[in-house]
Amino acid sequence: MSAAYTSAEMMAIAAARLLRNDDVCFVGIGAPSLACNLARLTHAPDITLIYESGTVGARPDVLPLSIGDPELCETARTTVSVPEMFAYWLQGGRISVGFLGGAQLDRFANINSSVIGPYDQPRVRLPGGGGAPEIAALCRQTYVVMAQTKRSFVKRVDFITSFGFGEGGDHRSRLGIKTAGPTLVITDLCVMRPDPTTKELVVTALHPGVTREQVAANTGWPVRFADPLDETQPPSADELSTLRDLQRRTAEAHSARVIPSERSESRDLHPGSAA
Amino acid sequence: MTEFLSLHDAIAAYVPDGSTVALEGFTHLIPFAAGHEIVRQRKRDLTLVRMTPDLIYDQLIGMGCARKLVFSWGGNPGVGSLHRLRDAVEHAWPRALEIEEHSHAAMATAYAAGAAGLPCAVLRGYAGSDLVAHNTNIRSVECPFTGERLAAVPAIRPDVAIVHAQRADRAGNVLIEGITGVQKEVVLAARSAIVTVEEIVADLRAPSPNSTILPNWTITAVVEAPGGARPSYAHGYYARDNAFYIAWDSISRDRDEFTRWMHEHVLESSVEAVA
Repeated sequence: MSAAYTSAEMMAIAAARLLRNDDVCFVGIGAPSLACNLARLTHAPDITLIYESGTVGARPDVLPLSIGDPELCETARTTVSVPEMFAYWLQGGRISVGFLGGAQLDRFANINSSVIGPYDQPRVRLPGGGGAPEIAALCRQTYVVMAQTKRSFVKRVDFITSFGFGEGGDHRSRLGIKTAGPTLVITDLCVMRPDPTTKELVVTALHPGVTREQVAANTGWPVRFADPLDETQPPSADELSTLRDLQRRTAEAHSARVIPSERSESRDLHPGSAA
Repeated sequence: MTEFLSLHDAIAAYVPDGSTVALEGFTHLIPFAAGHEIVRQRKRDLTLVRMTPDLIYDQLIGMGCARKLVFSWGGNPGVGSLHRLRDAVEHAWPRALEIEEHSHAAMATAYAAGAAGLPCAVLRGYAGSDLVAHNTNIRSVECPFTGERLAAVPAIRPDVAIVHAQRADRAGNVLIEGITGVQKEVVLAARSAIVTVEEIVADLRAPSPNSTILPNWTITAVVEAPGGARPSYAHGYYARDNAFYIAWDSISRDRDEFTRWMHEHVLESSVEAVA
């Protein structure tokens, strides 16, 4: 039994469940960070969360707004420089799961976070790749978490910022990439996994109450469904209350203005505690 | 020997029109006060280098200071777009902006190469990414030992680096704590370096023999600028003003509203309002 929940909550919980206690996870901001911290606060208390600002083993009490909030450094096991983070920890092959989001994803799990329209004359200039191009190539595997619409799940992305399976098949290994790539895509409607041979994303589980027609209507290619097709377990009462507590604490912390007159006499590093 | 200068004099002396300037600080210790002084002195045709342009480059770009931007992730962290950056790229307002786009891993190692006096940086990067086709500074080399193809980018050697730090002693040695980002690398890579600090003290009180300290002979000018990283933060001094980062989205969305805000809070304020 469980209370009513939103599709966004189902997405966060479904993504959190896929993480393991012994994972070393490179965490993107937003939906990935929510899922990773929910996993840490429920079934994976010892999971290692790494943010690209250099914080290794962060255990934030509220979700960071940025990738380098004070909360991350304050709670981390150690904080390293950004060149060290990318060279020793990511490129060095020490990350088991990279957790990514993006603006557009295609049927071979390539991610666009750069531009909508032509690169030199973009209709929309998006923020860009940041750490994602190398996270996608150098973590042992990556999970993608993003809300699913026909505009965001497209047949072919306008621009490949972060390489998934390229044109499918053995494209990764032809480029010399040795890692598994995007092995899971978690949306607010379903879970997708790449076909073992073609690498096209296939729906392997529907969230409770979601129909095949709904998924098809929100996917920009003729999406295939696995047989048998699983159904995601609905959120438990504990998962929901942990998620909602975390989001409530976070909203309170982010709405608190830091008063400039506190200045240097203040050692309070947590904006939320001043609220 | 390190000079102790006012913010006005440091920017006037070391940031000429047309120069290549890197204001760094990965979410933490972003030198906002120095950026605002660049706006007040109406510097023009700058090449701005920074991994995460953040609000400070949104302001510099919107005020017409920049000719070119070298960057790797250009968003308002956890909030959305940098609207002034987008307007410059999409509509050339207030002037056209040339961009050179990288990934974080590449820029971080390019700073490290600059600090090491090397001509280029080598990384296992950009695999399958379309960024390669749009940036002639992303090339590849073959490892002479294994034959592996690796990405290469030129070392970053700015004319001037500007960073913020917790404190300097009276001889001009600087202590940086918390998320150190690429602070050390950019200072060592640049031809001259300005460091703004929260306070100048008799004793640095370095907490460990391994503390991050920039010796005075690596720094051109030290400027006392308390609160100089707001609305980002200074670990141990004040928290990140996440509510302001959220508020910036609506301030910056509209050209007139943005210009009004900059006039009121930066141009017509001879001293930093936050200081």
